[in-house]
Amino acid sequence: MTLLQIAFFFLSALALASAILVITRRNAVHSVIWLIVTLFSVGGIFLLLHAEFLFAVQVILYVGGIMVLFLFVVMLVNLDVAVKQAQFSRQWQLALATAIILMAELAYGIYRGHQGFTLAQTSAVPPTIGNTQAVALALYQDYMLPVEIASVLLLVAMVGAVVMAKRKLE
Amino acid sequence: MIPIHWYLMLGTALFTVGVIGVLTRRNVIVILMSIELILNAVNVNLVAFSDYFRSVDGQVFVIFVITDAAAEAAIGLALIIALFRNKETVNADEIDLLKW
Amino acid sequence: MGTTFFQRADYVAITPEVVLALFGLGILLIDFLIEEKRDKYLNAVTALIGLAMAFVQLLRFWRGTLLPMPYSGFGGTLVLDSFAIYFQSLIVVATAVVVLISAKYLEIEEAHFGEYYALLLFSAVGMMFMASGRDLIVLFIALELMALCEYVLTGFLRGDRRSNEAAMKFFLLGAFSSGLLLYGMSLLYGLSGSTNLAVIAERLADRPAGDPLSWMAMTTLLAGLFFKVAAVPFHQWTPDAYEGAPTSITAFISVAPKAASFAILLRILMAGLWPMREDWKLLTIGVAVATMTLGNLAAITQTNIKRFFGYSTISHVGYLLLGLIAAADGNPEGLTAIAIYLLVYTFMNLGAFAVIIMMRRQNLIGDEIDDLSGLMTRAPGLAILMLIFLLSLAGIPPTAGFIGKYFIFLSLIQTQHYVLAVVAVLYAVVALYYYFRIVVAMFMKNPLDSVPLATSTGLSVALGVTLTLTLVVGVYPQPFILFAREAVRPFFSF
Repeated sequence: MTLLQIAFFFLSALALASAILVITRRNAVHSVIWLIVTLFSVGGIFLLLHAEFLFAVQVILYVGGIMVLFLFVVMLVNLDVAVKQAQFSRQWQLALATAIILMAELAYGIYRGHQGFTLAQTSAVPPTIGNTQAVALALYQDYMLPVEIASVLLLVAMVGAVVMAKRKLE
Repeated sequence: MIPIHWYLMLGTALFTVGVIGVLTRRNVIVILMSIELILNAVNVNLVAFSDYFRSVDGQVFVIFVITDAAAEAAIGLALIIALFRNKETVNADEIDLLKW
Repeated sequence: MGTTFFQRADYVAITPEVVLALFGLGILLIDFLIEEKRDKYLNAVTALIGLAMAFVQLLRFWRGTLLPMPYSGFGGTLVLDSFAIYFQSLIVVATAVVVLISAKYLEIEEAHFGEYYALLLFSAVGMMFMASGRDLIVLFIALELMALCEYVLTGFLRGDRRSNEAAMKFFLLGAFSSGLLLYGMSLLYGLSGSTNLAVIAERLADRPAGDPLSWMAMTTLLAGLFFKVAAVPFHQWTPDAYEGAPTSITAFISVAPKAASFAILLRILMAGLWPMREDWKLLTIGVAVATMTLGNLAAITQTNIKRFFGYSTISHVGYLLLGLIAAADGNPEGLTAIAIYLLVYTFMNLGAFAVIIMMRRQNLIGDEIDDLSGLMTRAPGLAILMLIFLLSLAGIPPTAGFIGKYFIFLSLIQTQHYVLAVVAVLYAVVALYYYFRIVVAMFMKNPLDSVPLATSTGLSVALGVTLTLTLVVGVYPQPFILFAREAVRPFFSF
């Protein structure tokens, strides 16, 4: 077992364990903390996959931005009552069964299908430019249009959040 | 070398945990976090494929997924605040005026 | 990488969307300058001007005077073909009608803010890219743009708990379905090494039959898309969102996003997953039958008119999916049927909502079926209009609804799906029954109140437009059929 494989197993185990903790914790603040751990381990996986730029995005944007927003809201809405109440909805057995079937199906498919990924293989030449540069080139050349649409999307998110959360609109 | 299907298994597992969270939890904020887990599962898949194909398309896709996650979180949390103001609850099945 | 990627023509190809986005920004600014509350209708006028400009531009595209058709721009991530232009025009007109019916209603709800119109326009931008995108990334981000606007608009009446709850449910299920959709997209990228639908179709054709991974990619992708079009078993958000949303937004989400979601569904299935048509045909048959069954049967017992129209929409989605089954057998008429059905459905449904929205008056919610009681004695003209829209929704000739259903049945018979055709006809009879419950209330019962209806110029114009189209398409359908045939041609010429 190589060092890389050990790193992979460590990060995956950490990501999965904390993901399970996210959905089982009573207190939403704890869930947020565990989600942050998951996000960090997924960031580590990105590093293993030579996606350094995405690692930075994951840490700065996801952990530093989105999760802080979550924490704000968790603390803003009063959760003292929710902690003492039942945590799972009434149809949870049914939901769990569905999810397990789904997982078995997906795992089976991936186990059987992993050899199938050979046909779309492109060049095995290591990239000549750095990861960040490659991402930037793709983003502003091949994918210019989605970047422009995403700008409207973020504007909508801003306007929408103000409309919904402002105390009184004039 | 780490075979690609290991990453896909990790993605599948994270996806399933997220789906279970969405389907079983009552707390709206935790449901929202489960959706973030699903998005992360997608991101693991995309980056793994991207590395496998030696093309950055998948990584660009991840950037858009993260953009969308940020926008969704902003809107979702604002909706939670608006709801909480009127009803002081964060439990999905107590949102019952319209029969859940 | 490294060659030139976009030219002036690429930006010409997105001018309608750019115009709408700029007008949306303009409204946000103008709204800031409007001081008098009664001057807020200026926002609506601005929105209409923007939509009209976008529509004119789309007409020029259709005639092919600006760009060669079909035009593929932005490195192949966008394609402007007759299919895209047809759906974009439908979306723009539907949004304009929604703007017309909104002003008076928002005034009564005391929620007449500029953000409303801005979000409608931004949402239209997203929907238009859903019709013209040919890349998974563009389609996904456009879909999210549409969806986020919808969530906010559904919760726009912030003081109203029903509106809050509807927005919350819509948001949670919508975000979840986006997750499913994305998972399918990620697998599709893995199968093909590209996010471009044309490349995906090529690579999928090389996969062995019964390949589990492509099957998984297809099912998760379809689950996400069926959520957006509100097909059973992913329909739960529909009645709730319809009931809780402001009525003008209920009208909006029942038509424009429906058309856009069908555009994206057709684009992905016909252009990307075409090699797997046998697989998705099977799934679609099951989903379509379940959707028609649930939509038609659940509509019978509803008492709230917005909820009623939620289930009515679901049943129409069932019919639309039938057209997809015929298309999977290589019959272009199946897609023609979907295109013409969506056009017809958009106008008859908006017309019905234009009548319903008048029931909302000061201190009177007016969203129960009983609120329409005795409409004949109070406003005979309006009752006749509503009757025409309901007849059309039920599919009675000579209204437009009949043309839509006729083409669906025709395409099913041409592809030898006789059982499905019989089932569809039987459910049309059920539909006749529940639409007539409203007719009975309007014509046979006595009015419950005597508060005058909320009318306005915008509403009259909207009624005029929808009525004209509902009747014209019904009586003289030939030009519209030609448009629809032209629209689906791109999928059957490769």
